[in-house]
Order: sequence, then C-alpha cells, then structure tokens
Amino acid sequence: MDLDFTADEEAFRKECRAWLEANVPTEALRSGDTREGFRQHIAWENVLFDAGWAAVSWPKRYGGREASLVEWLIFEEEYYRARAPSRVTQNGIFLLAPTLFEFGTDEQKERILRPMARGDVTWAQAWSEPNAGSDLAALTSTARRVEGGWRLTGQKTWSTRATFCDMAYGLFRTDPAQTRHRGLSYFMFPLRTEGVTVRGVDRLDGDEGFAEIFLEDVFVPAADIIGEVDQGWKVAMATTSSERGLTLRSPGRFMATASRLVDLYHRHRDRSDPVLRDQVIQAWMDAQAYRWFTFQTVTRMMQGESIGADSSMNKVFWSEMDVRTHETALALIGELLELDEGAESAVDQGQWMKGFQFALAGPIYAGTNEIQRNIIAERVLGLPRK
Amino acid sequence: MTAMRFAFTDDQKMLRDTVRDVLQRECGPEVVRSVWEGRPEAAAAVWATLAETGVIGMTASKDAGGLAMSELDSILPFEEIGYAALPGPLVDTIAVGIPLLDAAGTNSQKDQWLESVATGNGKIIVAFEDQAVVPYADSADVLIAERGGAPHCVPMSEVSVVPEPSVDRARQLARIDFEESKAHRMRDDVDGHALLSLAKERATLATAAQLVGLSRRMLDMAVQYAKDREQFGKPIGAQQAVKHRLANALIQQEFARPMVYRAGWSMATSQTTNEIDVSLAKIYAGEAATFVAKQALQVHGAIGYTIECDLHMWMKRAWALAATRGDAAFHRERVGRQVL
Repeated sequence: MDLDFTADEEAFRKECRAWLEANVPTEALRSGDTREGFRQHIAWENVLFDAGWAAVSWPKRYGGREASLVEWLIFEEEYYRARAPSRVTQNGIFLLAPTLFEFGTDEQKERILRPMARGDVTWAQAWSEPNAGSDLAALTSTARRVEGGWRLTGQKTWSTRATFCDMAYGLFRTDPAQTRHRGLSYFMFPLRTEGVTVRGVDRLDGDEGFAEIFLEDVFVPAADIIGEVDQGWKVAMATTSSERGLTLRSPGRFMATASRLVDLYHRHRDRSDPVLRDQVIQAWMDAQAYRWFTFQTVTRMMQGESIGADSSMNKVFWSEMDVRTHETALALIGELLELDEGAESAVDQGQWMKGFQFALAGPIYAGTNEIQRNIIAERVLGLPRK
Repeated sequence: MTAMRFAFTDDQKMLRDTVRDVLQRECGPEVVRSVWEGRPEAAAAVWATLAETGVIGMTASKDAGGLAMSELDSILPFEEIGYAALPGPLVDTIAVGIPLLDAAGTNSQKDQWLESVATGNGKIIVAFEDQAVVPYADSADVLIAERGGAPHCVPMSEVSVVPEPSVDRARQLARIDFEESKAHRMRDDVDGHALLSLAKERATLATAAQLVGLSRRMLDMAVQYAKDREQFGKPIGAQQAVKHRLANALIQQEFARPMVYRAGWSMATSQTTNEIDVSLAKIYAGEAATFVAKQALQVHGAIGYTIECDLHMWMKRAWALAATRGDAAFHRERVGRQVL
C-alpha cells in the first residue's frame, strides 16, 4: 500500500490546477440544463477539448492524454475544486464512450469519439420508457430491419438534455419473437431527423432538463448498432456499471461540496447548534470515506479486476451522502433557503437549494437505490432472488 | 507503471491467512462461549498456537527478536481476531504493550517480560489514565499503565483488581490500582509522553480493525441465516425488506474498511494526518459494527435475542469496542476541531 501520490501524479495535479486556474470562466455559466446555458457549456467543452482536458483517460488519438485512473481522479478533484462548469458532455464521455471502447468497432470509435469529446456532437441517454423504468427489460420500442439498416419506433423518456442534444443511445427490440432482455439491440440514433419528436419536460428544479422522445419509423444505418444484433442487454449493462461506479460521480465532486459546506458553516455559525455541527463534520467525513473507498476500487481496477455489482455500493453511498450534505446546508441557511437562483438575497446565489433538488434525483437515476440494494443483496451477498 | 496503490501486499495477506487459519481451527464459537462461561483457560491453546506462528512478537523490534512490523502489517491479523471474537488482551499486547515495553522498558523490565510475552508466555494489559475499568485484568501477567502522564510497568501480582461484571462476559472488566514504586517506572531517557500518545493511537486503530472483523462475522452470520431460515415457503433472505437491511449493513461495513486501512498506512508512515485518520477509522468501524449488529439481530429474529445463539457474543463485543478507546462522539470532536 502506498497512498502517497507519485511524483508524476503530483506533477499531473499541478498541471491540471494551473490550467484550470487560468481558464475556468470567472463568471458562473447559466445552468447547462437550459437552452442558453447549454450553449455556454458547449463553448466551454470546446475549450477543454482543444487543450486536451475533455477526456484525460482516453487514448491520445481520440483527444485524450492516456491518464491513469488515479490521474483521472486527480483531474476530477482539481476540476471540482476549481468550480469549473458541470459537464454537459458527460452522458457521452463517461457513459457511451466506455461502451464504445469495450464493444464498438474501429469505424465507430474513429467517427464518434472526437466530436463527442469536443461537444460538437452531443449525446443523451434513452433507456426508460413510460412503462419500463426500474424494469427496463419491459421496454416495447422496436427496431424493424430494412435495406441498409433499421427503422425505430417507440417512446423513450426521462432523457436528460435530449431537447438540446444531437444524438441519443438506448435499447430497442430487434427480435419480436423474444421477450424481456433477449432480442434487444443497442442503437445510437439521431434526435434531429425525420420521425423524431422531442418534447422537453421541466424538472423539479424548473430547468428543462428532461425530455420525452417519440420515434416513428426513424431510419438508423446498420453501422449504428453497438455490439451484435440482439445482444444489446449485455452491452447496456456495461454502461450501467460505469454509470453507477465511479465514472459518473467521482469523489472530487463531493469533496468540493463538503468544503463549501464547511465554508457555509463558518459564515452561518450563529445559526448552528451541536447537532448541525455534527452533521457538517459528518458530511466532510463521508466525502473522505467515498474518496478512500474509490481509491481502493481504482487500485482493484488497475490490477485488472472488474468491480461488477460492487459499483451498486458506490451509487447508494454517493447519492444518499449528497442529499444529506445539501440538507445540512439548507438547515444552516434557514428560511432564506426558499430563495431561488437569481434572487438578490439568496445565500450563495441559491446554489444550495438548486443542488439539493438535483441531489434528490441521485437516489432515482442510474437505477433507483431500491434496485441497487437488490443487486447488492443478490449478487454481492448471494441472497436468493425468489 | 507506478501509481498510488491502495492494496495490501502478498506478505500482508499471507500473514492474515495464517492468523485466519489458526483462529478458524482453534477459536470457534465454542471457545468464545467457554470463556464467556468463566473458563478463560479455554483460549489458552489458541494463544499458544498464535505465539508459535510469530504473530505475537511481530511488533517487537528486530533487536528484541521480533519482526518490527508496522501498524499496517498488523491491521489484517487484528481484523481476523475481531472476526473470531478471540477473548483476551492479545491485540493490546501486540499493538500497544510490546512496542511500549520495547521502546520504554528498562533493561530489567524487558528481561522480565519481553521475550516471555512475545513467545506467548505472558499477557500484557494496557490502561490509560482516562479508563475507569480495564478488560482482562484477571488473566494478564503485567500491566502497562499511564500514571501522571508517564508509562509504568507493573506485574499483575502488585496490582489490586476489583472485578466489575461486564455485558461481554469474556472481557472480564475490573477496576485496577497499584502502589507506585520506582521499579514500575519505565525509562526516563525517552519521551514517555510521546510514546504514550503513539500508544493511544495504536490502541484505537487496533480496536477499529477488530470492529471491522466483528462486523464481517455478524454479517456472515446474518446472511447465512437469511439463506437457511424459511418462512412463507421460501428463505427469508428472498424478501426485499430483509435484502435491503443486509445491503445497508454491507455498504456501511465496506465504506468503513478503507478508512481503517488508510489509518494503518498513515500510522505506519507517520503522516501528519495520523490523528484525524485514526479517528475516522474508529468512528466508521464502530458505527458500522454496531449498525451491522442491529441488522443481524433483526434478521435472526427471536433466536438472535437468546444467549443460545452465538450472535450475542459478537454483538456485545462490538458494543464494547465501539465505545472504548474513544467513542464516536470523542473522535468526531477530534475531527471537528481540525476540520471546522
């Protein structure tokens, strides 16, 4: 065990920090889940990519810098520490790309990865359907084989930023004779094309972050299936494991939130009491716990282990920690918590209430925490399914 | 490629396996139960076997015939000792007693105790000034005690012991006292105060490691029970309410483990964050073990609420260890003073 960062890792941290200090916009961008804010965030993604920071762990040929997983965690720590803009390219870079690296063809990787990482082509997820949420295998959207490709029909929902994005990815039934998770295929499909209607849905926090996608006979070339036809479930599960694991929510994010909470505590100390004080300490400690748990996980991965169902533990931990941390902040703020972004009297520009509402989504997206607990119980502890 | 690395070495894992094997063979629940019922000699055989493996002497310096192993090397063995709920002051002997005797003992104190303890023929108990009662005074041979901020080494024959019944009966609590004499003083040419501070961190860390082991054992018991016990025509572990309880137990336990390992590394490499890391380890391990205890009891149902069922011996040890060497409130305050 050696928990000191190596000289190379320290040098990498220094380089990250220097670049971020010089380049992170001093004025906060509008929410990336609004139309105007999305444009601002994409402009930032262009800057990140052109300087080689958009996807540090990727191969150089796709615009990355071949950073190790530890270095990637360091980059994330520095990124959130610098309060750099949220990543609207995340569903591409952190969720679709790992799937492409594992299952994609060379042609797909060449064509898709660089524009994805630069933000020139933006990606949304399209998994859930009106009657297939936690029970994803109940989905009913179909793909019909035609000359040169497929035609997609059906409805997807809770698709984050699909109103603004160019492309989406998700599962469609390619074999009508099969049921449940058999006979599904993993498609990438355009959102701005004939037969596609995207309707924005305002989220809890008021942003148009969600969308429903209606597909009617939408043509997709055969080259836009990832993995083999009818094998989509297996491919999709690889994505969900990245999503629940560390690529979606690295420790840096929560360490930054915890340190902002400590700062808020100092400014609102007169409102505090021993219980709240303990909660502030707990929030700080939990971020540390997530950090060390993650470094342990990353070492396992660097030794070639696959973390599989263990990633469900990450997801439950970070999502519930994030809610608690924001609840503590709101308790320190008191009645002014009600003030929305833009209100002059709001504490910290209303970011804590905004963050709280976003945090509340954590136990729901990427597989609800109820589903995660089933996975932990059945696949890690070996309890019977039925 | 070198990188920061959060994993134990093969040697460290081998030592863990050695201790695990001995405990599995010689310290089953029936041994713990015998000690519980007032027969501490039931654990004598396993103590002797562990001494043969060299594990008791592992923290002694090479000059003293030990292996000079660090706080990190001993973490996994201590975790196994917790897993087995081994009764007796073995962990304090290894983690605190031997290193303190080695570093601060006079020549005659060392001659009298060091080799005999390291080879399994003596047991050390350690008492810091803030402790009202200490465990295992009945079966120990020598006491290392903090008095007036300085370490003292006192043969148990010169210590008055007033037993106090404990909920974990295997721990044999007692109030202790001794008439101070010059022979008890340890070396005055070393910084006794600093050595005692270090000893306290080691004692706390070693307690946290045992708590992880206790937690793992209780969770194993509960999972096994949930698989075996059938109601409504199926294992109770197929019920989502039971699954989620056990999933929560696992999450809390698994997030405590790296905190303990990290603290072991910090101690072994003398990091400036030592104290805070040890506090984090103790808080997370203590809270995980008591949380897992509660879930395990609930999953067992009424049988878990009996003395017949083995679970209670682990549960009571977890309560005791979570509260000793600084409870969560004490350590949270220590963290808070640095963070806020």
